[in-house]
Amino acid sequence: MVGTATIKRTENVRCRAAAATTESRWVRWLLIGVSLTFLGLFLAMPLAAVFAQAFSRGWAMYVRSLGDSDALSAIRLTLLVALIAVPVNTVFGVAAAWAIAKFQFFGKSVLITLIDLPYSVSPVISGLVLVLLFGRQGWLGPWLEARGIHVVFAVSGIVLATLFVTFPFVARELIPLMQAQGTEEEEAARLLGASGWQTFRRVTLPNIKWGLLYGVILCNARAMGEFGAVSVVSGHIRGETNTMPLHVEVLYNEYNTTAAFAVASLLALLALVTLVLKSVLQWKTGEQLAPEEQGYTGD
Amino acid sequence: MGKTPGKTLLDKPAVAPKPPEFNFSQRADSKQPQLPVRNMALKQHSILPGFGLTMGFTLFYLSLIVLIPLAGLLLKSATISWDQFYAAVTDPQVVASYKITFGASLVAASVNAVFGLAVAWVLVRYSFPGKNVIDAMVDLPFAMPTAVSGIALTALYAPNGWIGRWLDPLGIEVAYTQLGIMVALTFIGLPFVVRTLQPALEDLDVEIEEAAASLGATRLQTFVRVIFPAIMPALLTGFALAFARALGEYGSVVFISGNLPMKTQIVPLLIMTKLEQYNYAEAAAIAVVALGASFAVLLFINIMQWWSRRYAAA
Amino acid sequence: MGIEVRNITKTFGTFTALRDVSLGVATGELVALLGPSGSGKTTLLRIIAGLEEPDPGSGAILFHDEEVARQRVGSRQVGFVFQHYALFRQMTVFENVAFGLRVRPKRQRPSRNLVKYKVLRLLKLVQLESMANRYPHQLSGGQRQRVALARALAIEPKVLLLDEPFGALDARVRQELRQWLRRLHDEIHLTSVFVTHDQDEALELADRVLVMNEGRIEQIGTPDEVFHRPATEFVVKFLGQVNFFHGRLEGDKVHFSTLAWDWPEHAGASAQPARVFVRPHELDVDVERNGHLALQAVVTRIHSAGPNVRLELRAASGEPLCAELTQERFRSLNLSVGNTVYVTPRDVTVFADEAPK
Repeated sequence: MVGTATIKRTENVRCRAAAATTESRWVRWLLIGVSLTFLGLFLAMPLAAVFAQAFSRGWAMYVRSLGDSDALSAIRLTLLVALIAVPVNTVFGVAAAWAIAKFQFFGKSVLITLIDLPYSVSPVISGLVLVLLFGRQGWLGPWLEARGIHVVFAVSGIVLATLFVTFPFVARELIPLMQAQGTEEEEAARLLGASGWQTFRRVTLPNIKWGLLYGVILCNARAMGEFGAVSVVSGHIRGETNTMPLHVEVLYNEYNTTAAFAVASLLALLALVTLVLKSVLQWKTGEQLAPEEQGYTGD
Repeated sequence: MGKTPGKTLLDKPAVAPKPPEFNFSQRADSKQPQLPVRNMALKQHSILPGFGLTMGFTLFYLSLIVLIPLAGLLLKSATISWDQFYAAVTDPQVVASYKITFGASLVAASVNAVFGLAVAWVLVRYSFPGKNVIDAMVDLPFAMPTAVSGIALTALYAPNGWIGRWLDPLGIEVAYTQLGIMVALTFIGLPFVVRTLQPALEDLDVEIEEAAASLGATRLQTFVRVIFPAIMPALLTGFALAFARALGEYGSVVFISGNLPMKTQIVPLLIMTKLEQYNYAEAAAIAVVALGASFAVLLFINIMQWWSRRYAAA
Repeated sequence: MGIEVRNITKTFGTFTALRDVSLGVATGELVALLGPSGSGKTTLLRIIAGLEEPDPGSGAILFHDEEVARQRVGSRQVGFVFQHYALFRQMTVFENVAFGLRVRPKRQRPSRNLVKYKVLRLLKLVQLESMANRYPHQLSGGQRQRVALARALAIEPKVLLLDEPFGALDARVRQELRQWLRRLHDEIHLTSVFVTHDQDEALELADRVLVMNEGRIEQIGTPDEVFHRPATEFVVKFLGQVNFFHGRLEGDKVHFSTLAWDWPEHAGASAQPARVFVRPHELDVDVERNGHLALQAVVTRIHSAGPNVRLELRAASGEPLCAELTQERFRSLNLSVGNTVYVTPRDVTVFADEAPK
């Protein structure tokens, strides 16, 4: 399947190389040049700047910046938040995609729009709604505080904010994938006597695993990197409610530039790993989506 | 590297097709009339299990995490009178921040529309060494935490930075000016135009271009009259997505903007400032206006996609 | 009775897919559901399988005299072959066929060796032993079709249901697989129902054919009955090309165009308008009038490449006609376009028009 897909692409490219439908050599190189300059200026240079600044005062300083106890606690908090938010939103994403992709019901497109909602809310507003709900002047804040539960300026608020901003990621990947795959395989499994759980585990899950992983990777990148929403609810308490991005901000505002970039370089590394995994998984999900070829061809 | 449309790090409403709501009978026999179901049954019969469980959980969790908090925002802004609300959202400082945000977002989205088109064209049509790596790198602004992008851009464009030191003698200041905001918003919106245009360009039928060439059109005429109209809906969608993202962006702008009221204070920063002053009602009021603007853009995008689907079907 | 369907109605919103449909399939019989798109044939098949539910309060479905409507889908023991096969794409051919055995509750699950034995026996039956470790995307359409069949047979179903079993295949494979499926059915004698919109497929393959239109059954009968004694106009028209005439029943004859035909069933009844159908191969063509009542026509086109020769004609009254001759007959007549010929029917089908109310 992968084979045919790539062959199709190169065929396209070859067709396009025909004189009638391509540009003259210098127009081509001009466009490539303009594009690469633009991308170099806006993508490569910022990325390079992060690592250059992080190592500007040597390897030892870099290691010392990361070994700082506040930096370590920020790393721990970021991992903790991702460890809660990613699995919860993954379970939600699978459940929502199952309900939406495998059944026909009234109001489906409204539901999909509502799931997408957090995408179009500014991160600062996402944080703001939590403060309005759980803050000292909020609707639930005083009641919770009387019972010793703190949300704003506490880890639970950071988790809630992260849950909000990463809410649609897994569902958004799975819904189109599962819709494209249809329900016939599941129906066949049921007719062959499989239980609901057996159908999901043996038929659906193997079919969506790469798409699922893709959604999880994206969800994780955003969970670890979220800044605006978390910034509103965290209160920036060093060693307690600072995640890595918040710690970067604190260090930077204290003119501790090298340390700020050292922590930032870890996040940039996370972004690079995400991009690599994303490319691999894109290829894998493309493979899972290819079954249009299955079933429609003769001998 | 195979690319599937919609498989990007887009963290705005994805371009993936949404099924029309009333398409109820996608059954094995697709030739059967697919008629809308509007009567008694809210859900069609299926032998697959788990609808109640997964739907119940979806609605519960959606309400808990998204709907109730957003409803809280609307309720909060309703606690002040209409006059107070109006005064809060039309305060000169607030109006200035709308203008700055709107203007800078517009400029950034336009820059992305032009250069994004070039990048998408080059990535789809030409082959050159390192193309796959560059293709993957286009998603960097999605994957990079915004705070990291923010400090990196500031470092680059500060008067002593790698880029700033060349611009400084020319009298061009980027960091801590509106130009800086535009740079940051251009960075953040870059993938949207490229990623919405790529599938549209890949789907273009070469035969149409060959037909144009056979009828005597020059390459430029073919592009202007044949290719451009076909990719126009995708370009507009990408532009709108980049614009919508820019309206709400905070992390990558906060460092480079300098946050001067009336000059370089964007709406999210203003909301942040109001929050730090514990002025929750005004913060909520401004947020409601900002949300309204984002939803208007979203609506525009949905209409665009509906239009382009009709266009494609014709 | 292998399958019994009693008074089933099914509506989707305002659209009625099935109107009070009843059907009996004898044990070991192979029945075709034949009809155009949207006639309800696939819906009927899916209801028999339990994939759709009939409207509440309408009728019953019995397998071997046992009511199954309330049974869980998995326990009906239906072998179902989907139009596009619905093979599990992440599993090999072997795993696909073994699936139904491996998902059984622990106590009823056959041992590993027994599963292997059964699956290999089935793969042998469908002639795919050598493909056991392939994945569905590595197979041709015809091979996938056979895997789907083996998978359905693995659960030892009480009935076998096939949805457009040859619909996704090209013409040559379709023909081969059709004959193969008939031989297979004669070997295993499993009560089977298949859906098709291709009349040749239905007439060639099935023991009995059920013709459906707009959610209703038009006729149930052997292929011979359906073809030679169609019960309704729809059946006549659906089973191939046919010449149509407005006619009139009077006495014991039906008059149409310049012709008359004995129709003793009508003797004694009052005169009434009628519709007359004549298949192309039931029209005799001659270059001379020969004394009979005949219809004068001009040859407008000749298709002679094929087992038979088809003539397009225009009657003197202006209506177009189609006639089919053997190659020998065509050569003996020595016809070419523009010739005048005389046409007489060998057989006709007549339906009296509904009396005007």
